[in-house]
Amino acid sequence: MHIVLPERSKTPLNEEQHRYLQQVLSILTPEQAAWLAGYVTASIAGSAAAGAMASAVGGGASDITILVGSQTGNSEKLAEQTHQLAASRGLRTVVKKMGDYKLPQLKAEKNLLVIVSTHGEGTPPDNTKEMYEFLFSKRAPSLKHVHYAVLGLGDSSYEFFCKMGVDFDRRLEELGAQRIHPRVDCDVDYESAAEGWMDAVLKELSTRVEVSSAPIAGAGFPALSLASASAYSRKNPFPSVMLENIVLNGRGSIKETRHIELSLEGSGLAYEPGDVLGVYPTNAPDVVEELLVALRAAGGEPVTVDGKETSIYEALFRHLEITTLTRPMIQKYAALAAQSKLDDLLAEANKKAFQHYLDGREIIDLLTDFPARELPLQAFVDMLRKLPPRLYSIASSLKQHPDEVHLTVVAVRYHAHGRSRKGVCSTYFADRIGEYTTVPVYVDHNQNFKLPADPATPIIMVGPGTGVAPFRAFVEERDAIGASGKSWLFFGDQHFTTDFLYQAEWLKYLKQGRLSRMNVAFSRDQEQKVYVQHRMLEQSRDLYAWLQEGAHFYVCGDEKRMAHDVHEALLKVVEKEGALNREQAEEYVKTLQKDKRYQRDVY
Amino acid sequence: MSDVTPEELKKRVEVERIKDASNYLRGSLKQSLQDPLTGALAESDTQLSKFHGIYQQDDRDLRDERRRQKLEPHYQFMVRVRVPGGVCTPDQWLQIDRIATTWCNHTIRLTTRQAYQFHGIIKRDLKKTIAEVNAALLDTIAACGDVNRNVMCNPNPYQSRLHEEVYEYTRRISEHLTPRTTAYHEIWLDQELVATSKKQDEEPIYGKHYLPRKFKTAVAIPPSNDVDIFANDLGFIAIEENGRLAGFNVTVGGGMGMTHGEPETYPRLADVVGYCPKEKTLQVAEEIVKIQRDHGDRTNRKHARFKYTIDDRGIEWFKFELNKRLGWNMEPPRPYVFESSGDRYGWVEGVNDTWHYTMFIQNGRILDTDELPMMTGLREIAKVHEGDFRLTANQNLMIGRVSSKQKPVIEALLKKYKLTGSYHRTGLRLNSMACVAFPTCALAMAESERYLPSLLDKLDAIMKDAGLEHDPIVIRMTGCPNGCARPFLGEIGFVGKAPGKYNLYLGAGFYGQRLNKLYRENIGEEQILAELTPIIHRYAKERGQGEKFGDFVIRCGYVKEVLAGKDFHS
Repeated sequence: MHIVLPERSKTPLNEEQHRYLQQVLSILTPEQAAWLAGYVTASIAGSAAAGAMASAVGGGASDITILVGSQTGNSEKLAEQTHQLAASRGLRTVVKKMGDYKLPQLKAEKNLLVIVSTHGEGTPPDNTKEMYEFLFSKRAPSLKHVHYAVLGLGDSSYEFFCKMGVDFDRRLEELGAQRIHPRVDCDVDYESAAEGWMDAVLKELSTRVEVSSAPIAGAGFPALSLASASAYSRKNPFPSVMLENIVLNGRGSIKETRHIELSLEGSGLAYEPGDVLGVYPTNAPDVVEELLVALRAAGGEPVTVDGKETSIYEALFRHLEITTLTRPMIQKYAALAAQSKLDDLLAEANKKAFQHYLDGREIIDLLTDFPARELPLQAFVDMLRKLPPRLYSIASSLKQHPDEVHLTVVAVRYHAHGRSRKGVCSTYFADRIGEYTTVPVYVDHNQNFKLPADPATPIIMVGPGTGVAPFRAFVEERDAIGASGKSWLFFGDQHFTTDFLYQAEWLKYLKQGRLSRMNVAFSRDQEQKVYVQHRMLEQSRDLYAWLQEGAHFYVCGDEKRMAHDVHEALLKVVEKEGALNREQAEEYVKTLQKDKRYQRDVY
Repeated sequence: MSDVTPEELKKRVEVERIKDASNYLRGSLKQSLQDPLTGALAESDTQLSKFHGIYQQDDRDLRDERRRQKLEPHYQFMVRVRVPGGVCTPDQWLQIDRIATTWCNHTIRLTTRQAYQFHGIIKRDLKKTIAEVNAALLDTIAACGDVNRNVMCNPNPYQSRLHEEVYEYTRRISEHLTPRTTAYHEIWLDQELVATSKKQDEEPIYGKHYLPRKFKTAVAIPPSNDVDIFANDLGFIAIEENGRLAGFNVTVGGGMGMTHGEPETYPRLADVVGYCPKEKTLQVAEEIVKIQRDHGDRTNRKHARFKYTIDDRGIEWFKFELNKRLGWNMEPPRPYVFESSGDRYGWVEGVNDTWHYTMFIQNGRILDTDELPMMTGLREIAKVHEGDFRLTANQNLMIGRVSSKQKPVIEALLKKYKLTGSYHRTGLRLNSMACVAFPTCALAMAESERYLPSLLDKLDAIMKDAGLEHDPIVIRMTGCPNGCARPFLGEIGFVGKAPGKYNLYLGAGFYGQRLNKLYRENIGEEQILAELTPIIHRYAKERGQGEKFGDFVIRCGYVKEVLAGKDFHS
């Protein structure tokens, strides 16, 4: 089929646009043309349905599959980036998300680029679980005819650094696939390492695959419905002005949860409920001072960070991570410190003792517990990671608060090993920013935590503590658009009188019917601890009924215990009310996950 | 008493409709108590809870802060415990003390009507608190609301012999006028109706809609008018004959409250309408309550008190109506004399080898401070005391019926906890009273309990300066014109208008026989002191032999004498 555009003057296009568009249309199959027509129409209508549609049709017209497994969206962005880069080099690729992937297709793949992130202590991201289990099961096919390369994202402060990447890389090999490039593991500051991998991998692929003479116009990967019209990004954060900073906990509470409002005016940044705000804090001056003392430095001494010259104070204050201990950092330090006890700790056999040492300790402890006789400042600087941005689930809807973004941040303060400690960004908000400070921010879109496309769909939200933040955004959004779907919120914290975050707003929404139901659990208001999962079980009959009606189920907050307890409770609810055994209940819940009706934002 | 038509009900105020729909004061209290999302009761239930002795309040000091924090107000409840005649046992005191420290804000408030008040109870502890009060054989029902309130009685009359019998009548009046609804037991004490076929609750005296407004009853034993009998809707002045109680002079139509800027509202002193022999007391009380029930204004709560029912129709109408309902005529009133309204402090001998010890408690607020472990001291006394505790009408406490053998034991404890000499204060302060106001009372316009003491410090200095250190002058302050601390019976009275601003009233009668009159409007402390200082000095210099301050200011023309409530504003 050959679609021919009318003469340029009869179109709203300019020369260049007319030329490129004609080029694209001339190489589309009828199937692709139909898809494009639908996609463009839907994009203009502005909905995430566009994305769904695109991925449903998927690719298939390409020999290179970029397979993505992501929790927060970084891997997806890199996949998109890879796809664009490939296209610019005449390589046609198709991006598929692991959560949507049809497993039987695996053995038909020819070239597989796997980009997968590791979340926390080596657990697979939610939408990666099924593929992961499949690959490691007996049903995994022989992949003799597949060529592959793996890019892993992770955080070296976790012992199981980039475990997903490691596992996928190894397993694919075990299944007979051929590695075309060594695996690259990226730490939190991933951009340059990832770009290096992309470049190398694509170079390798262009020797094996048909290369088009002209760059390929991007089709196949669902562009985010919010194409960034902004100049600001992770690399170039927007200096936002702080509008409001109030402690939400009532007088007498032991907690310090803050409601922060930042202005996005002039940034061009936009976000949807479920998205995340990246914040670049600076370190606490007193922590920097302590380090300088341990380093026997005054602060003004020159060092180089990222190729730029600056003072050691600035480097530690603004650019580098100076609290979290990681194995790589300790290894580099040990090389200079010449402390046998430290070398022992790093030994393979002493993994447990090493973890034990790390627990509750920071870089300052390393310097004071194992002082190096001589530690050149530049060498020290070179050991440290860049100060990473912190991510916060956004607590507002743009429709209610144009040009603003709200956050719910709990100040982390604790004592460990004889020192008082604090969270970097949480105390940055609590202690160190004032009326005239600007906070460098960017928006991180999270496609895995979104309101249902249809506003009539019921939603169940479980968000104790600061986990309630995105649900404020959800409810605000649905209120603004007059959504007809019912909504149910489960919230928990320590004390009713002082810790019922946003209570006055919830009561208002309940009164207006904009929130249909709410259950609360205040753990320390009575003898026995009561949590959100207990409330879920008490409400199991109605909870199950809502699920049967098609409700989406969301969980946000603590990963370690709460998310697990809530998952357990969900299974129990399904078992009890659905009269199912454990296996069947797990199937039911898995289906919810596959249908994107069980979404989690946990940390 | 027939039921009310829907048309009639529509003409009445909202509270009347809430009462009507409540099924004898049940409303949706049970559900409200169980709602875990808010510390408040449903709106209509906050009206009904009053009948159960419970006021919903919020900490006003935190209001703004919590609003900014996106939290609802810090809701808390005040619970008022009825103590007819103010008499309770040491064991009951210990229970009150324990409840105060367990569920409340660690203080006990003795009210201006001889009742206990707890503050700071949160909703989920309410039921436990009420249950424990009832377990101590006290109750909270009808301590607030459109019903007869706590019945007052002089706790330590000069004629101590009379006290026992008069106190007995006080209790019987209280019991007789207590609402019969089983809602109280159902909601707070988990006592379900015995059988579903049981007749619906009936209120033989109150009916389904109870009274149009609060109703206050007091019993006085002359010559002390400490209960301020003329400030009450219904009063019984004990008349003695040969050392025994013969009967009562009956007073009707007293009431303190008014609204700033609305001259059709005013404080009124009761009229003495006649004498009844003691056996007729309950019948008289019942019929008077029923007159108010039937004729009080239910279309305007500011015009609903018994005083307006009477003033609208005249006292002769009332006497006629009462005699008609009684079926016999009240006799003419018998002679009596009132000489004072204050408390007699320190040790006073009673009858049958008993002693009574009255201590001064500033604002009736019992709590422990670093300087004064009052609450602890009273607890320790209660543990060994074999007599009773009596709340006075002036917010003070009497340790009653101490045997001469126990006297040194009690004395030693008073000394140990620094409670002796509580009454070594000026005559002014010993006759002072303030209502609670901030931070708990929703109606307060200005501080009262938290402010009067420091104002008194300054006035004490002036009194001492003028040589009036031990001269009793009745001085009262309230945070708003509802008048709970009877400010219109103060020789010096303050009624709050705005934060830091008060109306100043002068010239009430020393033993509660005359209302005061507005002297200066909406003034702050500086002006208060500027106004009072010269008057006090002049009083010291020019007063006649035994002339009271309230009479003096009238004689010298500072204010005109008020002969009737209707003339209060003129």
